[in-house]
Amino acid sequence: MTFLFWILATLSVIGGLGMLLSRKAVHSALWLALTMMCLAVLYVAQSAVFLGTVQVIVYTGAVMMLFLFVLMLIGVSAADSLRESIRGQRPVAVLVAVALGATLIAAVGNALDFSVGLQAANAEYGGNVQGLAALMFGRYLIAFEATAALLITAALGATILAHRERLFPRQDQRTRSVERFRSGVHPGQRPSPGVYARHNAVDVPALLPDGSAVPDSIPGPLRARGTVREIDATATEEVLDRLVGGAASDTGGER
Amino acid sequence: MSPDAYLSLASILFAIGAAGVLLRRNAIIAFMSIELMLNAANLAFVTAARAWGNLDGQVVAFFVMVVAAAEVVVGLAIIMTIFRSRQSTSVDETSLLRW
Repeated sequence: MTFLFWILATLSVIGGLGMLLSRKAVHSALWLALTMMCLAVLYVAQSAVFLGTVQVIVYTGAVMMLFLFVLMLIGVSAADSLRESIRGQRPVAVLVAVALGATLIAAVGNALDFSVGLQAANAEYGGNVQGLAALMFGRYLIAFEATAALLITAALGATILAHRERLFPRQDQRTRSVERFRSGVHPGQRPSPGVYARHNAVDVPALLPDGSAVPDSIPGPLRARGTVREIDATATEEVLDRLVGGAASDTGGER
Repeated sequence: MSPDAYLSLASILFAIGAAGVLLRRNAIIAFMSIELMLNAANLAFVTAARAWGNLDGQVVAFFVMVVAAAEVVVGLAIIMTIFRSRQSTSVDETSLLRW
């Protein structure tokens, strides 16, 4: 039992420190899940079988999954900012936490140097679960009923907080299409960039029949970076000459 | 193992949770630290139940679990609502009510 305790105590403290020191929230959640699993085994080791099971189901099962759900909704990449907003707060906080731990260990850490053990209490009604049920539906019945009200209120509150009023009518494909044509912007796709005999690249603008360039034919990022290539006028002339001349000679040859 | 060792472990875990609430700026991690503190308190309750030899401590730990579950549901919903309006979960950002 001593061996089990030291292993699990070390693991749970490592899990707690890992949660404290991880940069990313997902890593923190996983470290905390480790701590909760260790605590579940420690409950069972202290003959609290029901609580150990509930710890696994409620904490590592439901609560940590809820945390991970919210982390995934909010965005996993949201790392914690390490900028200190109050100067000198971090060392003072570490100091306070260490002092709190030391005080707690000194004050509570040797309050229970006896152990009656739960064998008699567990055996009274035939088992741990039966004993808990006898207490919960007996002496603690009012608290148990209040728990039901608390859970319903929590569910209702979460529903209200997560609810969002629709401020604008829903946009479907038809309204979006009408909107796009009404806005006056060219609704179709843009002309593709220039493809010539000399150039076959997206950074060269397409040419209109009169020889002027179409700036819209260049992809937006290239325009933003300013890496649009100018049209080489002499090269265009040369290609034009060759095409027209070749066409003329071809047709001439045929005739 | 004597109950004192369990109580010391609970104290250490509680202090780690308190340090997390004080140190971390991400609201979700501060929230997880609160969960760790609740777990440490639960461990102390279970230990006390074993030391005294009756099950009342375990019943209280069970109620703590129920309250923690309700608290997580509402707290995470609040964090989601804040994130929706401010695009951030940092506790430094929500300072609108500061004097």
